[in-house]
Amino acid sequence: MSKFLEAIQANRKSILQDWTQRLKSVDRRRDLLDDRELDTDAKNVLSAIADVPAETTPDDINAAGWQPLKELLANLSVLRAAKGFTPSETAIFVLSLKPSLFTVARQQWGKDAGELFLEISAINDFLDKLALHTTDSYIHGRDQVIARQQEEMLELSTPVVTLWDGIVALPLIGTLDSARTQVVMESLLQAIVQTNSRFAIIDITGVPTVDTLVAQHLLKTITAARLMGAECILSGIRPQIAQTIVHLGINLEDVITKSKLADAFRLALERSGRKVVRVDKSNGANTMSPRGV
Amino acid sequence: MERIPILRMGNYLLVTIQVDMHDKLALTLQDDLTNRIIEANAKGVLIDISSLEIVDSFIGRTLANIASMARVLDAETVVVGMQPAVAITLVELGMSLPGIRTALNVESGMEYLRETVADHEESDGYIGDSTED
Amino acid sequence: MAISGTVQKTETVPIASSSDVVLVRQRVRVWTTEMKFSLVEQTKIVTAASELGRNTLEHGGGGTLELALVLNGARQGLRLRFSDKGPGIADISLAMKDGYTTGSGLGLGLGGSKRLMNEFEIDTKPGGGTTITAIRWK
Repeated sequence: MSKFLEAIQANRKSILQDWTQRLKSVDRRRDLLDDRELDTDAKNVLSAIADVPAETTPDDINAAGWQPLKELLANLSVLRAAKGFTPSETAIFVLSLKPSLFTVARQQWGKDAGELFLEISAINDFLDKLALHTTDSYIHGRDQVIARQQEEMLELSTPVVTLWDGIVALPLIGTLDSARTQVVMESLLQAIVQTNSRFAIIDITGVPTVDTLVAQHLLKTITAARLMGAECILSGIRPQIAQTIVHLGINLEDVITKSKLADAFRLALERSGRKVVRVDKSNGANTMSPRGV
Repeated sequence: MERIPILRMGNYLLVTIQVDMHDKLALTLQDDLTNRIIEANAKGVLIDISSLEIVDSFIGRTLANIASMARVLDAETVVVGMQPAVAITLVELGMSLPGIRTALNVESGMEYLRETVADHEESDGYIGDSTED
Repeated sequence: MAISGTVQKTETVPIASSSDVVLVRQRVRVWTTEMKFSLVEQTKIVTAASELGRNTLEHGGGGTLELALVLNGARQGLRLRFSDKGPGIADISLAMKDGYTTGSGLGLGLGGSKRLMNEFEIDTKPGGGTTITAIRWK
């Protein structure tokens, strides 16, 4: 076991007292965190450091023994961020443990300059890494929130509409990138299963450009739908897009395409054995509406 | 030995695959189906994979083989209920299973089989007992 | 190996028979569930594992799968490493092409599996065994 870890174990109480005192004396956000919470946080972190299994060394914080501490710090970072703390403020929480540990180091090894230097360097490295870990966790946590919000936005912006029994439509609006197309693909296929639809119309009137990648994604979606037992019709192909498709050599041979959504709908109705008929209103009595129509 | 049960409904055979099949089981199913098609003079085979969470290239090829063999024996095959995640994965794998007819569920699968079988009977000049409208 | 990340926990699954390929699927499924991958991601990973596991069995004459949880900064990944002491792959680019088969139906296995994962590496020597490492990041 590393020397300073042993020293921490032996001097746990005094280190904790010293640390929490420092934390409270610094101009901190008393409005966001009360003393009791601060005490609990410090106690938990110090325990996680002191109680680490004997074989674990401080030079590799990715070792399995440090997992509980890392998780604790990651959670703390995220919780504090939610409370309104900046990532630096949370990092400082960790870094402020340094003076307490340096004091213990000087008590233990003050007489041997070489030894003292080694242990202080080790403590320094270790706490720096932990502080950086809290910052990474904060960023990672925020990235995840952003990613989730993006997904939700994507889902909202790609609503699948039921046009009729067994016929759904997906009007795509805006640019299609890889991430968006994945989400789109999954929502369409999910909708096909949920609504039991044999026909899905993908309308790209609102898509400004179609490049090879986008076309590939659309084709994958269409193939997946076919594997599930549903037929896709691609509609809303504007003249420019048609040209691009031909120029890029994209093969849409196996795909049914219609320039207008209405045509696609009519086709789907026909294929599902339905017909739209005009009902003749002029029979028998002269039924003039008040407006003379 | 472990086998996947094959149910007979008149001229049709129904198979529901619910277990994670190891390769030998899949091959046994192939054999069993071929035998049963002949035995029952089946005209249609419906394979329900709505419980299958994983379809890899081996299972994909097994389904394709079953469809081909059935066709040789003058039976139509339809695979129903593929889960979205499975469909997405198969496409990414590069398997589009071109020779296989698919349907959303057992109901539409049976509808397809009845229509197809009826068509075949008409073109063969065979007048069987018509049970559908 | 150029694939990045520090290893957290690992598990080894022996691949000696076709029922072991089922075991590979099951164990990979357990790991992907614990790591909270989405349903589609789980399906892709387990399917890739099934392909590679079968390859190890049929082309490699049997071998092992090592599952590992890897960390790259704050990012988590699942690493699958399939090893065998078989004949090796003589022409990797040929083997990765869709539709390629040595007669025992390797077909889409390798190229397809690569598309299902984020990182993919093959280490092989004709007559000297094969190790395929694939990672999917969260």
